[in-house]
Amino acid sequence: MSHPAFLRAAVTAVALVGAVSCGKKAGDDGKGGGTLKLGVILSLSGPFADVAKQIQGGIKTYMKQHGDTVAGRKVEVLYRDSTGMAGEVSKRLAQELVVTEKVDFLTGFGLTPEALAAAPIATEGKTPMVIMNAATAIITSKSPYIVRFSLTLPQVSAPLGDWAAKNGIKKIATLVSDYGPGHDAEAAFIKAFTAGGGEIIDSVRSPPQNPEFAAFAQRIKDAHPDAVFVFVPAGQQSVAVMKSFQERGIAEAGIKLLCTGDLLDDHQLATIGDAALGAISTHHYSVAHDSPENKAFLDAYRDANGAEAGLPNFMSVAAYDAMEGIYRVVQKLGSGKIDADKAMEIFKGMSFTSPRGPIMIDPETRDIVQTVYLRKVEKANGELRNVEQQAFPNMKTPAPAPGGEPPRPPGGEAKGSAEPPKEPAKGSAEPAKGSGK
Amino acid sequence: MTAAAGARAAPSTGLPDDRWTRWDTALWLAPIVAFAVFSDRLELGRDVVIAALFALSLDIVLGYTGVVSLGHAAFFGLGAYTAGLLAHHGWGEPLTGLVCAAAVAAVAGYATSFLVVRGAALGQLMITLGVGLLLHEAANKAHALTGGVDGLGDIVMWRLAGVFRFDLEGRTAYLYSLVVTFAAFLLVRRVLSSPFGLSLRAIREGMARMPALGVPVGRRLVAAFTLAAALAGIAGGLQAQSARVVTLDVLSFERSATVLIMLVLGGAGRMYGAFIGAGLFMLARDYLARKDPVYWQLWIGGLLIVVVLLARGGILGLVETLRARRRTP
Repeated sequence: MSHPAFLRAAVTAVALVGAVSCGKKAGDDGKGGGTLKLGVILSLSGPFADVAKQIQGGIKTYMKQHGDTVAGRKVEVLYRDSTGMAGEVSKRLAQELVVTEKVDFLTGFGLTPEALAAAPIATEGKTPMVIMNAATAIITSKSPYIVRFSLTLPQVSAPLGDWAAKNGIKKIATLVSDYGPGHDAEAAFIKAFTAGGGEIIDSVRSPPQNPEFAAFAQRIKDAHPDAVFVFVPAGQQSVAVMKSFQERGIAEAGIKLLCTGDLLDDHQLATIGDAALGAISTHHYSVAHDSPENKAFLDAYRDANGAEAGLPNFMSVAAYDAMEGIYRVVQKLGSGKIDADKAMEIFKGMSFTSPRGPIMIDPETRDIVQTVYLRKVEKANGELRNVEQQAFPNMKTPAPAPGGEPPRPPGGEAKGSAEPPKEPAKGSAEPAKGSGK
Repeated sequence: MTAAAGARAAPSTGLPDDRWTRWDTALWLAPIVAFAVFSDRLELGRDVVIAALFALSLDIVLGYTGVVSLGHAAFFGLGAYTAGLLAHHGWGEPLTGLVCAAAVAAVAGYATSFLVVRGAALGQLMITLGVGLLLHEAANKAHALTGGVDGLGDIVMWRLAGVFRFDLEGRTAYLYSLVVTFAAFLLVRRVLSSPFGLSLRAIREGMARMPALGVPVGRRLVAAFTLAAALAGIAGGLQAQSARVVTLDVLSFERSATVLIMLVLGGAGRMYGAFIGAGLFMLARDYLARKDPVYWQLWIGGLLIVVVLLARGGILGLVETLRARRRTP
């Protein structure tokens, strides 16, 4: 190449940048205190779109019920599509929402990889990040600006392991989705179950994306346990698991189904059909929960989303509660830029009665503390419902292991740590028989 | 060859000419102007630049040599995980990280190339696809090392050249990616204009004749494939270092397919095709996903069909056709 021409090009370039960026700086201004911007990162397209739909439904319900202005500020919701379990996309979107859109809150986060990837942005950009679903235990430890309104899998899996051991189940096989939440669920369940004297005879993990469950179902049938414990992400996969189990005759083989509520999520229960009857699960929300708050929520959900949207599930409820949390923070901080540190102080210890029951944000971990219910699928008025049988109030997420390392499944991503989650906080894991229904 | 025929319809003819022209200046000024004007969208800009480098690396094998690859993300992913793991375990120096990323990808590319040169077009397709899928599953299974689907986080980068911090606005990452990509571009351009580059084009045009002319076809293909893999590794390394997170999708089939689409869109075998294709695709995707976060893929699909039907040889192919038509009225 001819060098003078190249040099000239370089000089022009430098001059241009100088000129344009000078012109640009003059018109730069800070974050406006007028509208309240919420950046919502969700997997709006692809196989996990169901999750996004539920969360959108929850947000819509809350805003229809409580108005789209808070403390005199108009609430603007900016949806961004993370395309699925693609952390890099989610991270870029979070960065853009913080840098370009100057959002006051980052929220959404249906899937663990989305939340983990975006966590550093919350820290660097000093923006509160409100988790509406992603349920791996370690997420809140990844940034001091993360607060979670959904659940963690150890929180809901451990009571089930405990219950199984106490109710005459001796041998169990586990089937979990092979990513953070699945590892968490597996570790917490196994720990509680074996501590109660049970035996795990097989543990299989299914791919988190596009799995085919027939082979897993067959393997479980061949192992012939007393019961099988299952966690897969709610949505399409839960239906697929139930269909495979039905085809392979898991129930006929006398194998009981135990699972987290993800598998029997209220929205999908009608699709799953009678195959779900009698299944035992633990979770924090059921549409059958009998409380005035839940009745009001269900009515508002139908009102905001239409009857054809079907039933809400635990994700809609978490999104609904997260919005309540955000509104409360804004009401306290008033107009002007949301200060992340002040916002987190308000989130810490926040408590109110959600459609799912009483909830509280743990001031230590910024994670949710809530009642977990043991439920059984029954038919009421011709419709399948997760009917609450027993309540475990004030369930915390297991505390981080000593040494600052968060609890994680064996072979987790952080260096050197292979500690399974610690036992649920003492005193809170005791089943409180009869306090729920 | 048939599979590649559509992608390479009417490749540009004539002897290579790597003199620096006004067009080059104009095209390279674009990202620099963009830096100043769109200073709040540098994240996207960085991804465009990295995608362009990745597409350029594929262009070496697909556009210039005529080897079809459906698993090019394997090398991108290897580079990303190499750079990511180094920084994750405490070595956050960007440039050496990038060199390591290139080296690992090059070694993998060299090893794979012997499999690839054995096959014809369909065989190449299958082998590259297989290698890509294998690596994807391996990274998924090696959860302890890679973090599996949850991704590899906690990547701490040191200051670039000891001076420039990787800032939240992404200025450092953008300029860093741009400079590396420009350097890679100069290298690729030089290599492809050399007699070696000419022999690659000759292989594309008539592989059977080349041995008769004294060209060691196998060795040339191995060299081209290795170079392409190394550059893909650099692109992956840049991505890991600037995004500071590596997730499994760096190795996904979708990434291999997307880069192929970008190249076809811009025009394969045309040097700037990779840049134009990557820019157009990424910007269109961003715009559409913003306008319609749920059904944007529908519009992207429509756009691709229109471009492939109306512009043979991609955007640059269309430009060439129009210019040729003007010259001969």
